[in-house]
Amino acid sequence: MKFRTLFLGALVAAVGVTGIAVQKAAYAAEQFFPMLVYRTGPYAPSGIPVANGFRDYYTLLNKRDGGINGVTVTFEECETKYNTKLGVECYEKLKKNSAGAKATLFNPFSTGITYQLIPKATVDEIPILSMGYGRTAAADGRYFPWVFNFPTTYWSQASAFIKYVSRQEGGWDKLKGVKIAHVYHNSAYGKEANPTLTALAKIYGIKLTLLAVDHPGQEQKATWLQIRRLKPDWVFMSGWGVMNSVAIKEANAINFPMDHFVGNWWSGSEGDVIPAGKGSIGYKSAAFHGAGANWKIHQDIIKHVYGGDAAKAKANNLGEVLYNRTLVNAMYGSEAVRTAMAKYGNKPMTGEQIRWGLENLDVTEKRLGELGMKGMLLPIKISCADHETSGPIIIQQWDGTKWNIVSKWIKPMREIVRPMVEKAAKAYAKENNITPRSC
Amino acid sequence: MELLNILFVAPFLDMADSPVFFAEVVITGLLTGIMYSLVALGFVLIFKASGVFNFAQGAMVLFAALTLVGLMERGVPIPFALAGTVLVMIALAMLIERMMLRHLVNQEGIILFMATIGLNFLLEGAGQIAWGSNVKVLDIGIPDQSFEVYGILLNQFDLFAAGTGAVLVTTLAVFFQKTTIGRALRAVADDHQAALSVGIPLKTIWVIVWSVSGIVALVAGIMWGAKSGVQFSLSLIALKALPVLILGGFTSVPGAIIGGLIIGVGEKIAEIYWGPAFGGAIEGWFAYMLALAFLMFRPQGLFGEKIIERV
Repeated sequence: MKFRTLFLGALVAAVGVTGIAVQKAAYAAEQFFPMLVYRTGPYAPSGIPVANGFRDYYTLLNKRDGGINGVTVTFEECETKYNTKLGVECYEKLKKNSAGAKATLFNPFSTGITYQLIPKATVDEIPILSMGYGRTAAADGRYFPWVFNFPTTYWSQASAFIKYVSRQEGGWDKLKGVKIAHVYHNSAYGKEANPTLTALAKIYGIKLTLLAVDHPGQEQKATWLQIRRLKPDWVFMSGWGVMNSVAIKEANAINFPMDHFVGNWWSGSEGDVIPAGKGSIGYKSAAFHGAGANWKIHQDIIKHVYGGDAAKAKANNLGEVLYNRTLVNAMYGSEAVRTAMAKYGNKPMTGEQIRWGLENLDVTEKRLGELGMKGMLLPIKISCADHETSGPIIIQQWDGTKWNIVSKWIKPMREIVRPMVEKAAKAYAKENNITPRSC
Repeated sequence: MELLNILFVAPFLDMADSPVFFAEVVITGLLTGIMYSLVALGFVLIFKASGVFNFAQGAMVLFAALTLVGLMERGVPIPFALAGTVLVMIALAMLIERMMLRHLVNQEGIILFMATIGLNFLLEGAGQIAWGSNVKVLDIGIPDQSFEVYGILLNQFDLFAAGTGAVLVTTLAVFFQKTTIGRALRAVADDHQAALSVGIPLKTIWVIVWSVSGIVALVAGIMWGAKSGVQFSLSLIALKALPVLILGGFTSVPGAIIGGLIIGVGEKIAEIYWGPAFGGAIEGWFAYMLALAFLMFRPQGLFGEKIIERV
């Protein structure tokens, strides 16, 4: 009896110790990526391809590469419904996962949520990668060491759009008197491009009209009546969710020429144009990567994530604009981890180490080829001071079935935008008592 | 001085300068107002017949449209898909009566209201689980070409929606005023117990009124879904119907229409002529301001029943 008790006790102790050891080992070998998603709610049509893109890329890393340099990638979703309050709750929930692993970095995929997370993440020392959204001033890494918004920002995009219009109109001198209307989502996100557009309108003599559309943007008759009266030469849109498809439909209803209607990169996905039917043919939008499923990365995903089932992959948004954008986003994050590992060793990276990885990220043409993304986007190199890089944009156009690239890469007007960024960053720092670091 | 000019002079000069454009603004407002009325009607029907403010009306619009487009995506021809959706909405009404209303007979209005809040979340979730959250294209062949009449741009789709709204209101007004069931519905709304005591089958009446409201939700879902695609945001159009209800009265079918027209025209004029003074996007809150202003003079709304209670 005594022997039996001792044996059972030893067994329990052994299992316990081993269990803890196994758990610790699993925790130790894990690089945790939190996912703030919105698969439900009014912005779900945009949120679903985004969430699927992150999930598929992280799964691909594990299945194809065995993780990042042997460290298993884990991820966990939290539903925000694109609601800022829920987004902050999700951040608090996913700072550490259920196994205790600390978050690698956050991709909020909402400008409103990003605004709220900037001070929190700075204190928690967790990097934020708000790729092409969020607070534009965060491009100044001296004041925002924990926030990154490369490859380009709303302000850079707005300047590149003006450059595109100048080319279409036949030169910079032709911009004088050109009428441009900016139709924007009445939110922090939608308003981001306004300062740049206003500044450029003054410089080039553009007649700019700013037209706000309230959330969610299902009813826009008044906006488009104003456009009908104004007869602008170009309409630029910063929309999201249902606002985009309704705007395209309303533009068509007033017979506005669709090839002079350009959305920003959050107003140019399949979910924006398909509901508007044939009327959306000719509509344009900005982008900073290619659309479609023609790259090697997509073949890898079909093979490793979907077991060769291309139809299932397509049903999960493979190749759609927002899906591809998320692949790019997830790639930047994982490459930052890989960059950090090159310095700190092949083990799970901490927030501080990942920040170093982000600030030293150098995704070359060769590396893009290795990742199966050659030609899908441009190479990028981040620095301590510049968390944006003023990356170029391209213009894509919807032909009724797919997006086609209709411009060359357009470089933003860095000479105008960067001083504005630095000024805004300085003002933010003054408001929040932030001392800039030297880079 | 500048502010006074922007608020009290410039808008009126603008209207006088471009009377054709002003007419277009008014007509667009009227047509938009009918779209709001389509949603408001569903609220009115249920409130009129059961005294319940149905918080789930927006979710019913979404649920009906999702069901219709879900059936169409599976290859069901449009007439059968429409019939199938109507049956689903009737089945839903029966379920609501059996699972929810039956247990709340003669309860306070606030309790019934809270039950509909729960129903709202249930329908939003069930609709998305059953049919997914991706945006779906709804095309049942309603033409949407635009054309000009005396310089005023009109759209076939908007006119079709207006015609549909007119037919719906006429039918419902006749139904409530001229039929036995209609009178029974009104009796139930006045007093559950009194209606029961004179032999009105309360459960049947509730099923009928929730079914009719479900069908109205389907019509609203088709009209709004054809404009924007069928997606979750359809459930938010209920917010557009609220000022219409406040203004028109919760118990009047014609009130829902007149209220819709006033709100539609009012918000469009406000947005276009006064919007720039406030930075734009004022039509959302202006509709509520307009409704509140009416409330100050007619708390029961334009056509609502005046409630006089002994204290």
